[in-house]
Amino acid sequence: MDFLRPASWEEALAAKAAHPTAVPIAGGTDVMVEINFDHRRPDHLLDLGRVAELGEWEVGEESVRLGASVPYSRIMEHLRAELPGLALASHTVASPQIRNRGGVGGNLGTASPAGDAHPALLAAGAEVEAVSVRGTRLIPIDDFYTGVKRNALAPDELIRAVHVQKADGPQQYSKVGTRNAMVIAVCAFGLALHPETRTVRTGIGSAAPTPIRARIAEEFLNSALEEGGFWDNGKIVTPSVAKQFADLCAAACNPIDDVRGTASYRRHAVGVMARRTLTWTWESYRGARHTTEGAA
Amino acid sequence: MRVNFTVNGRPQEADDVWEGESLLYVLRERLGLPGSKNACEQGECGSCTVRLDGVPVCSCLVAAGQAEGREVVTVEGLADYARQRSWGAAPGAPLDSPSGEGTDSLTGEGAELAPIQQAFIDAGAVQCGFCTPGLLVAADEMLEHNPDPSDADIREALSGNLCRCTGYEKIMDAVRLAAARQSEGV
Ligand SMILES: Cc1cc2nc3c(=O)[nH]c(=O)nc-3n(C[C@H](O)[C@H](O)[C@H](O)COP(=O)(O)OP(=O)(O)OC[C@H]3O[C@@H](n4cnc5c(N)ncnc54)[C@H](O)[C@@H]3O)c2cc1C
Ligand code: FES
Ligand code: FES
Repeated sequence: MDFLRPASWEEALAAKAAHPTAVPIAGGTDVMVEINFDHRRPDHLLDLGRVAELGEWEVGEESVRLGASVPYSRIMEHLRAELPGLALASHTVASPQIRNRGGVGGNLGTASPAGDAHPALLAAGAEVEAVSVRGTRLIPIDDFYTGVKRNALAPDELIRAVHVQKADGPQQYSKVGTRNAMVIAVCAFGLALHPETRTVRTGIGSAAPTPIRARIAEEFLNSALEEGGFWDNGKIVTPSVAKQFADLCAAACNPIDDVRGTASYRRHAVGVMARRTLTWTWESYRGARHTTEGAA
Repeated sequence: MRVNFTVNGRPQEADDVWEGESLLYVLRERLGLPGSKNACEQGECGSCTVRLDGVPVCSCLVAAGQAEGREVVTVEGLADYARQRSWGAAPGAPLDSPSGEGTDSLTGEGAELAPIQQAFIDAGAVQCGFCTPGLLVAADEMLEHNPDPSDADIREALSGNLCRCTGYEKIMDAVRLAAARQSEGV
């Protein structure tokens, strides 16, 4: 095994081009488990730890360009206002020690259906900045997950950053597990209200071979909210609409039975989380509306 | 490969390190610092917790090569580290053995205990002791930036450290005790 230590982003890209099978290592919280247990013996480890810009972020007009290695603990601390869904999801990851090392680039690299960043990214709207010596492309998050623990990266590509849409409304993240800390999601649900476009987006974790959006449920809810004038009148979402939305979210799942839960439990739990996160975010949207109106 | 880094304020060089080796392995097996414990090697138990450039991490999940040029504090160096802090030195700055004659800042040999260590003893928070080094490093770091933690803060800060013996209540007591002593300045 070789340990490659590029000192800059350009060197990292050159190393990945020269050794396409090299395994990048950022926080190491996935890679080192595999190495410690002999599940993986790469010829090259490509340490990204010295590439400083991967640990930085820039807040733009529309989106946050989040460096691939920014640890979860920094997202929780510094980006709660801009990326509330991702900050909440980050807080559910493992433990402080893991959150101090692991980040979204590694979560995307592993592309586990249980990764906590994914539902939040799907709900917020995001693009993955994939770079190689050949150039840069922005992969829409909806196209990034291609199979169980598979993603759309080419062998010579590295993730430079994720461009996550800044929140224009309330966002929530909900996760089912046996305790608060150190839990891989039995299933998880992210929801973001986008008042500017009058749309709702979802993200579901651990309930299909890849992280997914519940598109039919989103379309149903978008038109129900539009038809009822809910975005303007700020009324409570009709219980029948919330129920239908929850049922459609559950129906979007394609879960399996495993040690963490059965398929039918997962479907049920996704429905419950969909209804709850809709209620939470909608309440906070109504609250914000009242505050703005009151102030005007 | 060779790895150069600072451990408990002293420059260290580890030779013949295998590329996939963890920082934990290097500390224990190559540098003779067995304080950090190896229980799970998968980030679940926190018994290997050290500070890497000041940040608590599971050393079993840091590749040794990633520690190149960086500062590590292990439980062996905790007493010195806490002493430096109370003197107002920049945490992580290289220490020239402030512990005085007959003590060793690298191994902690002969040094007085850190307040958090004394509190664990006084509160009876140590049974088999396997979890203790990791808990001490994590708890000490929390008290550094949160001198007056709520019970929820303590639980959260220690949520990555498992103990199979104590049932955690005595550990909670110990951290509360250390916080109280710290605020009284004793
Ligand atoms: C005890 C424990 C508990 C955990 N709990 C959770 C949890 O609750 N939720 C959760 O989502 N995850 C959890 N994880 C998994 C892990 O912490 C996350 O997936 C984390 O986001 C990985 O980030 P990392 O920087 O440590 O990745 P690494 O281990 O460094 O890398 C992970 C993968 O991504 C690739 N990679 C890393 N950076 C890049 C890049 N810039 N470009 C291209 N590829 C890259 C690597 O080659 C590797 O394949 C847990 C892990 C442990 C050990
Ligand atoms: S040995 Fe590192 S977390 Fe258990
Ligand atoms: S005292 Fe035995 S594991 Fe904590």
